[in-house]
This record gives sequence, C-alpha cells and structure tokens, in this order.
Amino acid sequence: MFKRKTKGEAIFDMFNNFGMLIVCFLTIYPIWYVLVNAFNDGQDAMRGGIYWWPRQFSLQNFEAVFQSSGIMTAMGITVAKTVIGVFVHVLFTAMVAYAFSRKGLIGGKLYIFLGTVTMFFGGGLIPTYLLIKDLNMLDSFLVYIIPAMFSFFDLIIFMTFFREIPDGLEEAAKIDGANDWSIFLRVVLPVSMPVIATIALFHGVYQWNDYFTGVIYINNTDLQPIQTYLYKVIAQSSSNQMMAQVPGGISKTVTSQSIKMATMVVTTLPIVFVYPFLQRYFVKGMMIGSIKG
Amino acid sequence: MRNQPHAEPAAETGGGTAPAPPLEDGRKFARSRWLKKLYSQRHLQIMALLGVIWMIIFNYIPMYGVIIAFKEFNIVKSIGEAPWVGLEHYKEFFANDDFTSVMRNTLGISLLKLFIGFPLPIIFALFLNEIRSFRYKRTIQTISYLPHFISWVILGGILMTWLADVGIINKILLSLNVIDQPITYLAEPKYFWGIVITSDIWKELGWSAIIYLAAIASISPEMYEAATIDGAGRFQKMWYITLPGIKATISILFILAVGGVLNSNFDQILVLRNTLNESASNVIDIFVYHTGLQNGRYSYAQAVSLFKSIIAIILLLIANRVTKKLNDTSLF
Repeated sequence: MFKRKTKGEAIFDMFNNFGMLIVCFLTIYPIWYVLVNAFNDGQDAMRGGIYWWPRQFSLQNFEAVFQSSGIMTAMGITVAKTVIGVFVHVLFTAMVAYAFSRKGLIGGKLYIFLGTVTMFFGGGLIPTYLLIKDLNMLDSFLVYIIPAMFSFFDLIIFMTFFREIPDGLEEAAKIDGANDWSIFLRVVLPVSMPVIATIALFHGVYQWNDYFTGVIYINNTDLQPIQTYLYKVIAQSSSNQMMAQVPGGISKTVTSQSIKMATMVVTTLPIVFVYPFLQRYFVKGMMIGSIKG
Repeated sequence: MRNQPHAEPAAETGGGTAPAPPLEDGRKFARSRWLKKLYSQRHLQIMALLGVIWMIIFNYIPMYGVIIAFKEFNIVKSIGEAPWVGLEHYKEFFANDDFTSVMRNTLGISLLKLFIGFPLPIIFALFLNEIRSFRYKRTIQTISYLPHFISWVILGGILMTWLADVGIINKILLSLNVIDQPITYLAEPKYFWGIVITSDIWKELGWSAIIYLAAIASISPEMYEAATIDGAGRFQKMWYITLPGIKATISILFILAVGGVLNSNFDQILVLRNTLNESASNVIDIFVYHTGLQNGRYSYAQAVSLFKSIIAIILLLIANRVTKKLNDTSLF
C-alpha cells in the first residue's frame, strides 16, 4: 500500500468515496426518519419538520404499542411462527437433504429430479389455495409452518455442504453402532452449524416478514402476524383500528401515525439487530446457493 | 459382523448382516442384493420419502390443479368432477379490456426492473470493489443491504409517508420550486411504475451486489498487477479484467432474473396499489388474486396465471439461448 497515487487515481478515489457516501445516506435515511418520528411526541410530529432528531422526545408511542392487545397478540404470533417455523424448516430440510446426499441411495436420482422440477414449475396461487383449503389449514396456525417446512433450493445448499463432510466421521459413528438417524442428529448436524445458520437466517427473515400467508389463509384476527396487521393498517388505511385499540390514558398525545411509526420500529428492530452477527454466514450461503447450485 | 471381505461393494452403504446369498440364479441374486441394500438404507429411505411425500402434496398436487384453467371449477365439487370447457377462459381473457392493461403493466414493470434493476448492482459492486479501506468497504456493504431484510409492508408504510401530499418529497420539491402544489404520488397512475422500480432498486441494490463482490474477490490479483505494469488505469482494469472475470456469474444471474421477472412484483405491488392507481398497478398476479381469491372465479384466474407461466418459460428459454450465443454460458 505504499504505491504513489497519480492525480487521476486520487480524483477517482475521491469521487468514488463520495458516491458511496451518497448511496449509504439514501439507503439509511428513510429508516432513520421512521426512527426519529417514532421517538417524537405524536401531536408534535403532526406539525412535521422532524428530519434529523426527535423534537419532543417521547416514549409514549412505544407505550401505546406495548399496551395495545391487538398489536401484542400479532407480535406473539409472529415470534411463534418464526421460532417454530425456523426450527421445523431447518430440521426437516436438512434431514431430507442428508438422505438425498448419500451415495448409493436407491432412487436418489429420481428424488433429485422430482425436486428440480419444483424449482421451475409450480401450481401457482389458486391451486395452492385450494389445496390448503382441502387440507383444512385455513384459519389454522399450521398454515405458517407446514407449507413452509421444506424448500428444494435450501436442500441444495444443505446437500452441497453435507457432501464435503469427511466420510470417516460417519464411518466411525457406524462402527460405534449408530444408525442413520443418530448419525444425522449427533454427527452431521453439529458439524453443519455454518450452513444451518445461513438457512435459519434466510427462513427466519422470510417467516418474520411474510404478510401474505396471513392475508389469504387467515380470517381470525387473533391468528394474524404483525406484518399482516400492519398491511391492513397501512395499505387499507384503517388506522382508526389502531387507535381504537390504544388504552385511553395515553392517547392524548399519540396519533395513529405515530403509533404506526412505533409499530414499524418494533417490528423491524429484531432483524436489524440480528443480521450484522450473521452476515459472514449468509455471504457463504449465497455463494453455494447461486453459483454451485 | 460388518461387511465381509467377499461382500459385494453395493452392500457397503448399510449394515447388512445376512451372509451372501447362493449364486445359482444371477437375477435372483441381484434382486436380493438390491433388497438387502434397500433394507440396509431403510432409515435413509424414510428420511428421503418424507421429503418426497411433502413435495408430492405441496408441489405436485397444485401442479395437477393447474388443469382447472381448462375446466369450470366450482368450490363444491372436486377438480376431477368439474366439466371441461377447453380454451373458453382464454377467449374471455383475450377479449376482455383488462387484457391489454394487465399485460402492459406486467411486462412494463418487469422489463424496466430487469433493464434498470439488473445492471445497477453490477455497477455498484464494481465501484465498491475500488474502495481501498477494508473497514469503510465493509461498513458501506452492511448499510447497503439492510433494506433487503425489511419487509415490503414496512417499506410500503415508509413510502406512503414520504409520498403523501404533506410528505417529505413534496416539501423538498415545493421549497425548490420544482412544483407549485403538492402531488399525491400514489394516487396518480403515471408515477406508479417509477415508484415501484425505484423502491425495488433501493431495497435490493446492496443485496444483489454481494454475489458479484464475491465473484470479483475470486479474480486472481496477478491479473491486476500485470495490468498495472502495462499501464492500465482504474477504469481500464474494471472494464478489461473485473467485468470479464465475472461474466459467467452475470450470465447465470441474468438468466435466473429473466425467468423470475414476472414473479418479482407481487408482495411489493400488493402493498403499494390502491384503487386510484389501478390502471398502472394491475399486474397479472394482482389480477389473479382479485378475480380468483376475492371474487371466487378460480378457473378464470388460473387460466390467466397459467398464461403468465408460459410467457415466463418462453422468456427463460430466450435468455438462455442469447447468453449461450454471446458467451457460452447457459443454465441448461
């Protein structure tokens, strides 16, 4: 790094650094805007003009969010569907991937062919809806878990990883009398943490952000996730629904707009906190999934 | 007790304990060997078949359900019982006024997304790669893909706040005298495509760039050193070394992008659409959702949906052929 920079290089670096700063600002600012407005007094925010910092700092919007039973129920559903969904998806997909990845599995090529077809062809919205209806999963919590418990794309990522595990590890377990189930659970899964983290993150983000399942398959508002709840509030402009659920005591200063902002912050925060810790995994996961797959 | 020295190699996968069968009949032997192998991998077969059963139920049964596009399906009867109507639903769709506007919106938004949204991450990755400081580069990257993790519902909420008549965009434009009265952007069809495409780029730019950055990182540094000795500048290195170095990645991702282009809109547009911008926001997926699930016209909606799949497959094949011709990279 002791090379002398030419004048052209210096100008290039300057413009490049500056351009990147602009991209970063444009990316982060809309999110920042929501944050400062969520921390500002609702009535005061109505006057507008809050761009950089809260003018009248207030936590009442968040109090209102946490006291609203509707929002909290929806949040609970989201947490439950994400935790259970990720657990089931990772375990099931990894299990199938483990079996598919074994050499000499009878029917292995056929199984993989069946899966590959599903990546390019599908039934689409209507037949899937009719299937879910026939399976009696409308208005059931299971609709978040079972149709999402397997993904052939994720299976390929798992399979690529499993094939690189040294055979000796499994052979040793076999000699000790382990069967395929215990080899999978006690030998293969523990050494596959990087790929498990990748898939868990991908699926966790999907489960957390998915609003559409709640929109089409769920009528019972006690079963809808927070994203579906927000979709109804935001896209269908029924903000009054939000205000109606806020307990009377603090509603003097909060507005439907400010609660909306606070709910958006509360909904997004877990993901924003988790992802920097997991980013080294998903870069690897994306490479395996997109290039080698 | 494990594999005897004389056992056939095929028995290696499992813990077959029975002695080798007599050799009188070759076929019988092969068959029993096959059964033995199957028995030895019975646990693996259960694992695999659970996955296959899942795929049959959740992937293949809906594929069979596609045939309702050619039937008059009614919710009280089963798919098999519904009477065939041939291409009736297609005739209706092509004759309908909706056809032109739905096709225009679907193809318009998808192709604009493809031609603007596809190259931008490549350009971003090329320039990000030129940042010297590792920590600065890492920080920019971390910030740039943050929006990927935020749902379209939240982003839709942000956009609606920004684009409202009292929103920040109007305030800026008013104070710069670009406009003289506030515009309600989401109520005007002419702005809808722009909003959809811009916000999609905003959400996915950094995320899409990851894969290119990874590909760039695998280019040999010697190439750059050689180019430096030959007197190449920064732009020349980008153009003659980096870009050709990631050509294969670009090709594969382009084919995949073309194949999925008609699907990429649904979540986003469902949030951003409203009755006022309908003439610009009614894409095939939205149309299918409304006619099928909300108005209960399952067969008609399915016919339209199948039409979309066929266009998608044709686009995929064209893209595959074109990239194959151009630089010998193809998906199949």
